[in-house]
Amino acid sequence: MFKLLDGPQTLGRGKIFWSCFLAVLACALIYPLFADSYDVGNFAYFLIWIFMALGLCLMWGYGGMLSFGQTFFFGIAGYGYGVLAINMGGGTTTIAALVLSVLIAMVAAGILGYFMIWGGISGIFFGIVTLSATLVLAFFLGQTAGPEWHIGPARLNGFNGMKGMDPLAIGDFYIEGSALYYIMIALIVIVYFALRMLVNSSVGNVIVATRENPQRAEMLGYDVRKYQLLTFVIGSGLAGLSGALYTSWGQFITPSSIGLPAAAMPIVWVAFSGRSDLTATLVGSFLLLFGFQTITVYSQQAALVLMGALLLATVMLAPQGFVLGIGKLVVDWWTRRQRREPASTLADAGRLQSDET
Amino acid sequence: MSAELFSLFYQFADVFAFLILSAAGLAIVFGMMGVINMAHGEFIMCGAYVTVGLVNLGVPLPIAQILAAVTAGLIGVVVEFLIVRRFYKRPLDSLLATWGLSLIVTQSMLLIVGSAVRGIGTPEGSFAIGEYTFSTYRLVLFGCAVAVLIGLYIIFMKTRFGVIARATMQNAAMAKALGARTGRIYVVSFGIGTGLAGLCGALYAPTMTLIPTMGATFVVESFVTVVIGGANVLLGTAPAAVFLAMIRMTLNASYGQIIGQIGMLFAVILVIRVLPEGLSSVLVRRGR
Repeated sequence: MFKLLDGPQTLGRGKIFWSCFLAVLACALIYPLFADSYDVGNFAYFLIWIFMALGLCLMWGYGGMLSFGQTFFFGIAGYGYGVLAINMGGGTTTIAALVLSVLIAMVAAGILGYFMIWGGISGIFFGIVTLSATLVLAFFLGQTAGPEWHIGPARLNGFNGMKGMDPLAIGDFYIEGSALYYIMIALIVIVYFALRMLVNSSVGNVIVATRENPQRAEMLGYDVRKYQLLTFVIGSGLAGLSGALYTSWGQFITPSSIGLPAAAMPIVWVAFSGRSDLTATLVGSFLLLFGFQTITVYSQQAALVLMGALLLATVMLAPQGFVLGIGKLVVDWWTRRQRREPASTLADAGRLQSDET
Repeated sequence: MSAELFSLFYQFADVFAFLILSAAGLAIVFGMMGVINMAHGEFIMCGAYVTVGLVNLGVPLPIAQILAAVTAGLIGVVVEFLIVRRFYKRPLDSLLATWGLSLIVTQSMLLIVGSAVRGIGTPEGSFAIGEYTFSTYRLVLFGCAVAVLIGLYIIFMKTRFGVIARATMQNAAMAKALGARTGRIYVVSFGIGTGLAGLCGALYAPTMTLIPTMGATFVVESFVTVVIGGANVLLGTAPAAVFLAMIRMTLNASYGQIIGQIGMLFAVILVIRVLPEGLSSVLVRRGR
């Protein structure tokens, strides 16, 4: 099992990495002891989006499928949670609502994915179709202001957004503040480990092989479409998890969390971080969300301008992602220091070249 | 009876014009370079704002519209020079770059001009057939859409530029080896593409409220038309627009705008399941 966690498809390996990982986890676990509960709640809030980023990293970085419309599934599960939580009543059923809404998002991903993948759509078109679906959903939800748009007692409310659903709860105990925070940390660790194991397993190897060359993978006897669909459903399910958690955190969701600027966000996080590695995505998305949150306090629009600039800069300057690039530099520097080689630039250059080829 | 028929044609023409005008620019860039310009909606927005600004300054509407299209085209040339030209070998990255650009432009506009701008009313004028009245401007839009198609046909089929451009579309490396300046072809076609986007914005500016996010109103239609049209502008985009306009007109008339849009999306998903390369691939194969 540890072999799967530490396999070849993920970059962070070895004792140093895992000690850093444990140190960060420990800091995260004791953080609520030092901060007031309002800050802890806010912290939990931007951990919500990590799942969507990890899902996109799996689809885009490992599977080679760039979906521009992850907020489609975010929205479906977000609204799904709202509708289910209101209809089923509060309390422990909210947990069921969470699970069900994620399942609904996965079913939606399965249907959309079937048509796209079996239709042989790839590359640009994959993104365009998912984005179109997303924009149509946002447009549709924006038009549902009238009282005739309701599911049971749950009103969709158009642009004003849906509200009135219960937050996650077990019996009478509402999961808020530090309780929610710890649940988020636990979920992130579980999802992160599960994804690491997935991409390092034989299934993960096929997914990567499909990204590299679908024909070759097909010739080797794999039905690549099944693997692509699996990746798409898992990635979209994670976007759905983010959506359901978002609605339950704020007891509120509007179509604007599905529309164009929102749809660009996961792409920015993952592109900036480095799409080809889960750890880089985790770290980078966290940093960006933190930064975004800080700037949004001053101006939402300015924050979005900055996100756009960041996307442009990433694509032009560091197509593999900034966090991944910096991470590699640090590791390089570290290993060179460990070896305590006499600084011979020529030998170094030779070693680097042979590494690359 | 003829009034009903004309009414049907009028509704079809309305949707058709919208699809052609919003998709033509995107289709040219896509067909030529295999790149989808995610900032397409922002060029449309640019055309609309320039038009309204000029009209508010006292410039007559048609001249303002032409100037707006030219402005968008020139900005497109600058964008090609600064950003897009680095990405011809990496189409997915070009998509991300233009998307970043789109975010920057939309949100900066929101910061600078705010969300409301004084609009200009739709040019007056309507006519009646039987018991129905129709707005003349909508027919003008339809005329413009047809004119754009004819103009593109002439540019691509009758001029020297068109021959070289089509050669570049088919095989850029080969065209270059034969002495075509593909770099220049790319700049010009990107300029034409964004200019057409600007024209679309300019033409629709009098009919809608101007907001910095208005580009999003057009993008779904334009993307969807290009996706099912495929890479060939003339053989793909026009039939795709006819097909989608039929579906949309029917659904709009019986169930309303939202169902029309959703139905169109379903149609697209079904079409790409059957024809992943778009309509033009079938038509091109038939033609051979």
